Amino acid sequence: MNLKLRIWRQKNSGAKGYFQKVDAKGISPDMSFLEMLDVVNEELLAKGEEPVIFDHDCREGICGACSLVINGVAHGPERGTTTCQLHMRHFKDGQIIVIEPWRASAFPVLKDLAVDRGAFDRIIQAGGFVSVGAGGAPDGNAIPVSKNSAELAMDAAACIGCGACVAACKNASAMLFVAAKVSHLAALPQGQVERAARVERMVAQMDQEGFGNCTNQFECQAVCPKEIGVWFIAKMNKEYLKAKICQ
Amino acid sequence: MCLKFLKSSVGRKYLMAVTGVFLLGFVVAHMLGNLQIFLGPEALNSYAEHLQNLPALLWPARAVLLGAFILHVGVSISLAIENRRARSIPYACGATVEASYASRTMVMSGLIILAFLIYHLLNFTFGVTHPRFFHLVDAKGRHDVYSMVILSFRELPVSGAYVAAMGLLCLHLSHGISGLFQSLGLAGAMPALKRAGAVIALVIFAGNSSIPLAVWLGWLKAVGGGSVE
Amino acid sequence: MSLDAKVPLGPLAEKWDKRKFELKLVSPANKRKVDVIVVGTGLAGASAAASLAELGYNVHAFCFQDSPRRAHSIAAQGGINAAKNYQNDGDSITRLFYDTIKGGDFRAREANVYRLAQVSGNIIDQCVAQGVPFAREYGGLLANRSFGGAQVSRTFYARGQTGQQLLLGATQALERQIGLGRVAMHPRTEMLDLVVVDGHAKGIIVRDLVSGKIGAYAADAVVLATGGYANVFYLSTNAIGSNVTAIWRAHKKGAFFANPCYTQIHPTCIPVTGDHQSKLTLMSESLRNDGRIWAPKKQGDRRAPGDIPENERDYYLERKYPSFGNLAPRDISSRAAKEVCDEGRGVGQSGRGVYLDFAEAIRRLGKAVIKERYGNLFDMYQKITAENPYETPMRIYPAAHYAMGGIWVDYHLMSSLPGLFVLGEANFSDHGANRLGASALMQGLADGYFILPYTIGDYFASHKKPRPAADQAEFKQGEAEAGERVKKLLSIRGRRSPVSFHRELGRLLWEYCGMARNDRGLRKALAAIPSLREEFWKNVNVLGDGDGLNSGLERAGRVADFLEFGELLCLDALTREESCGGHFRQEHQTPEGEARRDDAKFCHVSAWEFKGVGQAPVLHKEPLAFENVSLTERSYK
Repeated sequence: MNLKLRIWRQKNSGAKGYFQKVDAKGISPDMSFLEMLDVVNEELLAKGEEPVIFDHDCREGICGACSLVINGVAHGPERGTTTCQLHMRHFKDGQIIVIEPWRASAFPVLKDLAVDRGAFDRIIQAGGFVSVGAGGAPDGNAIPVSKNSAELAMDAAACIGCGACVAACKNASAMLFVAAKVSHLAALPQGQVERAARVERMVAQMDQEGFGNCTNQFECQAVCPKEIGVWFIAKMNKEYLKAKICQ
Repeated sequence: MCLKFLKSSVGRKYLMAVTGVFLLGFVVAHMLGNLQIFLGPEALNSYAEHLQNLPALLWPARAVLLGAFILHVGVSISLAIENRRARSIPYACGATVEASYASRTMVMSGLIILAFLIYHLLNFTFGVTHPRFFHLVDAKGRHDVYSMVILSFRELPVSGAYVAAMGLLCLHLSHGISGLFQSLGLAGAMPALKRAGAVIALVIFAGNSSIPLAVWLGWLKAVGGGSVE
Repeated sequence: MSLDAKVPLGPLAEKWDKRKFELKLVSPANKRKVDVIVVGTGLAGASAAASLAELGYNVHAFCFQDSPRRAHSIAAQGGINAAKNYQNDGDSITRLFYDTIKGGDFRAREANVYRLAQVSGNIIDQCVAQGVPFAREYGGLLANRSFGGAQVSRTFYARGQTGQQLLLGATQALERQIGLGRVAMHPRTEMLDLVVVDGHAKGIIVRDLVSGKIGAYAADAVVLATGGYANVFYLSTNAIGSNVTAIWRAHKKGAFFANPCYTQIHPTCIPVTGDHQSKLTLMSESLRNDGRIWAPKKQGDRRAPGDIPENERDYYLERKYPSFGNLAPRDISSRAAKEVCDEGRGVGQSGRGVYLDFAEAIRRLGKAVIKERYGNLFDMYQKITAENPYETPMRIYPAAHYAMGGIWVDYHLMSSLPGLFVLGEANFSDHGANRLGASALMQGLADGYFILPYTIGDYFASHKKPRPAADQAEFKQGEAEAGERVKKLLSIRGRRSPVSFHRELGRLLWEYCGMARNDRGLRKALAAIPSLREEFWKNVNVLGDGDGLNSGLERAGRVADFLEFGELLCLDALTREESCGGHFRQEHQTPEGEARRDDAKFCHVSAWEFKGVGQAPVLHKEPLAFENVSLTERSYK
């Protein structure tokens, strides 16, 4: 199949970007979206043009590195799918495909389609952990954890930190990411000691990073490759209030 | 500490939700009061007089409402400005997967409702726009709210603007009501809450719009007794 | 340089305790003055960096990904082993030790493996305390499953995302230390070289991938936890960025490279669909618990699987290995699939695939049970292949997956180059010639949480040399060399992309040094690689400049190192004239086609010393003494 691509190109974070028109020819429907871009890059290189920069690594939907807004939708048209797991059979021959980077002031573009998601790491640094050093942990079975709590924690912990929630949110809010981590640790007995401080610090850091605010539009859960529900945002809101009241 | 809480993104969600609850409560109460118009002039006018005779209740309620209103509008504007700043470069090709039309137009619907509200107050509370109808009194010498409403609504622009504003209010509430549960951390099954929000919003729309509609269908008529003071 | 493994004397079970007492300590006040570089933030690197920082050392951590959380440990699906015996099914430290030694075909160091089994339980405790959401039973206790042919249930898991959850636990511990200012994190920074001062590893040369700036970092010791080299095969289950550069550079600076020919080929991956393929996706081994593997009996049978009657199907694993059947170890299952395809009985468009069929399991257990057990894997398969595995059998084929070989390390995880410690998949230590399922995560975390923090202190306490400054001559020279190399790559402007060289190298190695190897093929590869390398340096095309993100440049640098490393891989495979674990020499097999070890001649670790590109490396042998287990022929019949 042949496709008409409109790819965002930007030399560096300070430069002005533009859309480059590229025709992708002879694309197999079995290719992943990134493999299609590989083909495009090989062709650009052969023509003496610089290949398109995009983030990717594991290409099996778990590392969270890949990050493209495809025709206006983060990770493209398939629900619950990262860009690296999106296959070209979901596109039509001759289709125009607009490819943009995550757009959020807190995720500045580094080059072309690659953005800096360091803000997420700083949010985790603020409190997204249980403060236990190696060595002193009690036996793994010392504290029973109900199956429901473990499953709930896992539902939230499935987040791959790709940032699609921010990219899709009309306000570039990071609530779903933060809520997932807060909910994961709040669901487990091991997370109780720092429960209140964690949510306070993580929210404070999130605000400081310049993300927008949640207006309950739920675009985030629609694009989340791990289909993490906005229910967790409600949970975080409650956690935050509880933390502030207990204070 | 409290101020810091209220300034945080989550804290302001709470503010929007809590002030929204107050405003929603007012809208519902106001509608129930207004619907007494179907019980005839006696019911409505005495209800209005009652309210006027309870300044100890009326003024604090008005103050709270005004406060809630100012906060609701003020916070939403601050959020809207921040949200715009959070995405300084918009998508060239934007798409929407899940966000409802109502949720995407909250600021716009809110601002139009604000404009309408000012007009509405000038019309029915301060009597600026239609002083002719404002100074009616009924047979018992009370402020003739009943006639004022009906006579006002007999003018097409007035009732038209009213119904249109109720439509926007309905849109605004359909998202606002489901969203406030989410914001307050009370969200259960989201689809059910979404439906509940839409149903409540529609009931309010139907209830309020029924009055101008009834006026135009001739079900409600200004009865004798109303006279200009 | 000697190959002293520094294994403590005394009974196996007491060695580690004894050594822990013998190790010198660094006082808390002095730890503050010690800097450590940790390269790589997977399970081994993140756990090491966090643990060292917790102890009070100043840590500089580096990863080429944009965040430490994205290291490829994240993709491990199945689980992590630990000798907890929570299931009361007869597991013990000794049994885990024995299974690991035997699974590795008796080519690992006893003492290391025993220690691994000893600390395995602490890992689970640590991870639970960190909030890793392991699967639980209804009573609230930890759940286990049996995995990878083990006869006890000792595998802990978090759905199909165990690696992800363990890595999040470890990187969260790391992020905590970053927040506390104990670790300086350098993401999107790639190590290009190791700096050796007076015979000790004292720093690294890096390229900041965003600014393109080449810089030097000095420290009191360098820890490499940079993963395996399976991407030398081009197509593998590894992440695209996984590479050999860090350990290859360390090897070139004096660290011995051990057993590079021990590469694991995973039997259950989704087959290749075409030239465009950039990586292979693993389907968890757990599928083999209920799926039956078969191929048509007839050659070139192009019928749809459903049209092939039962009596024309060959359930070859069940036929050849009646007691283990579809659960035979990875190396054996992989080779069997290759044989079937070599006979022309492979399925799918390419003919390189066999069926993994759930029809019988669905009949027996019902679709709902299968969906509950494997739903996410089935979905993933369907996403990639657009075929519904509930209705038509999956097609699978082996793919390069894991590198048992790596930098040679002693019992302290220190390489032959003092001050250079190597952890996790990057070292050679614990898996011998074949790694068992759910053991990689165990090793990475054991090294980082519970071994290195003890042993590295002994190095600091024994070698009190002042830390060199990062503007010392050795560092300046390293920076200049790395800069030259970047410039060179950018100036060739040839006609072939770095990827095309990588693909060609991969094909060569997969063909001649993949699942089955022989003298002729290996010699062919050894002749072909140098000329490919030569062509690379004349004809590679890297555009753009060095001062910014440049994925072509990054790839080219990695491919250049693979082109050197590939030769060592083949040479090691040629030299090891026996079959063991992941290394199968066709000349050395039993009449039934099983691997035949040669314990008399090859019961040793082959540790290679670098002598220059294109020069023959020198082989050092570390004899493997088995005092506690008797060497038997691995039989899964």
